[in-house]
Amino acid sequence: MAMTITEKILARHAGKTSARPGDNIWVDVDVLMTHDVCGPGAISIFKKHFGQNAKVWDREKLVIIPDHYIFTEDPHALRNVDILRDFVKEQDLPYYYDPGTDDYKGVCHVALAQEGHNRPGEVLFGTDSHTCTSGAFGMFSTGIGNTDAAFIMGTGKLWVKVPETMRFEFHGTFPPYIMAKDILLQVIGDIGCDGATYRTMEWAGDAVMQFSMEERMTLCNMAIEAGGKNSVIEADAVTEDYVKARTDKSYIIEHSDADANYFYRRSYEADKMEPVVAKPHSPDNRALARECHDVKLDRSYIGSCTGGKLTDFIAAAEILKGEKVKIDTYIVPATREVEHGIREYTIDGKTLQTIFEEAGCHIGEPSCAACLGGPKDTFGRTHGTEVVISTTNRNFPGRMGSKQSAVYLASPYTAAASALTGHVTDPREVMPARV
Amino acid sequence: MQENFEGRAYVLGNNIDTDQIIPAAHLVYSLSDPEERKNYGKYSLSGVPAEAAGLPKGNTPFIDDGQWQSQYSIIIGGKNFGCGSSREHAPACMEIAGVQAVVAESYARIFYRNSVDGGFFVPLECEEPLAEQIATGDELAIDLKENTLTNRTQNKTYKLKPLGDVKDIIEAGNIFEYAKKAGLIPA
Repeated sequence: MAMTITEKILARHAGKTSARPGDNIWVDVDVLMTHDVCGPGAISIFKKHFGQNAKVWDREKLVIIPDHYIFTEDPHALRNVDILRDFVKEQDLPYYYDPGTDDYKGVCHVALAQEGHNRPGEVLFGTDSHTCTSGAFGMFSTGIGNTDAAFIMGTGKLWVKVPETMRFEFHGTFPPYIMAKDILLQVIGDIGCDGATYRTMEWAGDAVMQFSMEERMTLCNMAIEAGGKNSVIEADAVTEDYVKARTDKSYIIEHSDADANYFYRRSYEADKMEPVVAKPHSPDNRALARECHDVKLDRSYIGSCTGGKLTDFIAAAEILKGEKVKIDTYIVPATREVEHGIREYTIDGKTLQTIFEEAGCHIGEPSCAACLGGPKDTFGRTHGTEVVISTTNRNFPGRMGSKQSAVYLASPYTAAASALTGHVTDPREVMPARV
Repeated sequence: MQENFEGRAYVLGNNIDTDQIIPAAHLVYSLSDPEERKNYGKYSLSGVPAEAAGLPKGNTPFIDDGQWQSQYSIIIGGKNFGCGSSREHAPACMEIAGVQAVVAESYARIFYRNSVDGGFFVPLECEEPLAEQIATGDELAIDLKENTLTNRTQNKTYKLKPLGDVKDIIEAGNIFEYAKKAGLIPA
């Protein structure tokens, strides 16, 4: 029977030869990831149902990455990291990245990739909705709640309703001012913020396969903003190079069959894409960046699992190099590895760090930071009526802290271009040499 | 399984996301500590913009000042209820506040799944949009045997969709009880 990548991975993990959309099946889990916001709740439910002295199903398969509320004085938040530490010790877990030590990484979805936990053909669940990011590696990955995570901790299994797949193909070559974030906001605008509910978003086409792993991760990251269950890109040589540099574990590359059944297939011409933003207060409220020229801004924010990878900062630095920002501009690397890259990577002999400092940006520590608001003392959090352009993933009311603030979602190019002008700016306006 | 629910309606619109249901600043409290968890009730639905809180009039807080439980136990929502984060604190805070059932046009996947697997409340879907037909404060009754919702204040009855795939888990109580019944984990 012809199947998509997602159907093949789920069937194999259920010990079946095939899986059809709508089937409810139990799958074996390769990796469970949790963090400081949901880990303590999941641990407590695990102990309630499997016993105070119960051991997790496989200590090698549970990955704990604290990343949300790290650089804060909030006593409850700090207590939650202590709960993770105690559990890691009790269960003798090898994959834990402790804040305040050299092991600390930062944002879980980027750290999962960088530490070799993303492998083609595997099934990964995480207690975070942006777990769909890992689909960039040709694997099945999706977000779950504390209860499902606790169930996996005890059994190594979870029930899954096999999703239908929507396929988005981009052919040709993306213009140099277009980033994966533009593609994503374009598609979410087309299908709506519930347009992929219960379904897989599969990305394909020669233009998509020209993307680096970091850009592929951005593309998969916001499937949840269209309601998608998971997002997936077939693994290729680019994927294998990245994975082999970070893990010795074996993996299986699955391909969608040419005659697989799709909910639909949509084709886009890559060359025709334009820089877009999502206006407040929904990720599907799309407009062309150039149509929002009149929107005055108070802040630009570049960071998060969506827009805080090295590729994102290289893009921002290309625009900010030798210039001064007109509005408060926050730079938040997703992980320590990205932070290291910011200090090492150079453009015309200057490190990204120097470029950002000379432009007048505020640079923060790696974590989720203000992407989701968080405790009052969170770096970059909004507290009033700020209008923000941000490379993050959600612009719901109050998402970045204050209910009165308003967030425009954009690519790092657009966020950096807007930082220079103080209003929403199409990057072509400030990067004429590249157009 | 409880088949009849009665209570007052609290009406919301489309795309009620989990940041509106429980803003991220409050995700730090323990869900297992009996006293600390009351904070989740206190701040439940506190992120909903004032004009959209308790339709059609708005400006109606779900939780009164100083309280952690709501006078409303049935939520009426529009499309894509619970979109956004996977935080289970969202259905949990609604249960802590006293919500027994949610009736929406459609749900975001993770919120729906969390509501069912965690056994927080019954997520029901309506056959026709109800958010514009029911007013916050109306007295409602839900009958799961008949799959109906009756608005006693307006004397109208509406059809609900059957529970479908997840009925067995809801009947069992949560995913653990369901797995025990199915022999997947020891009873």
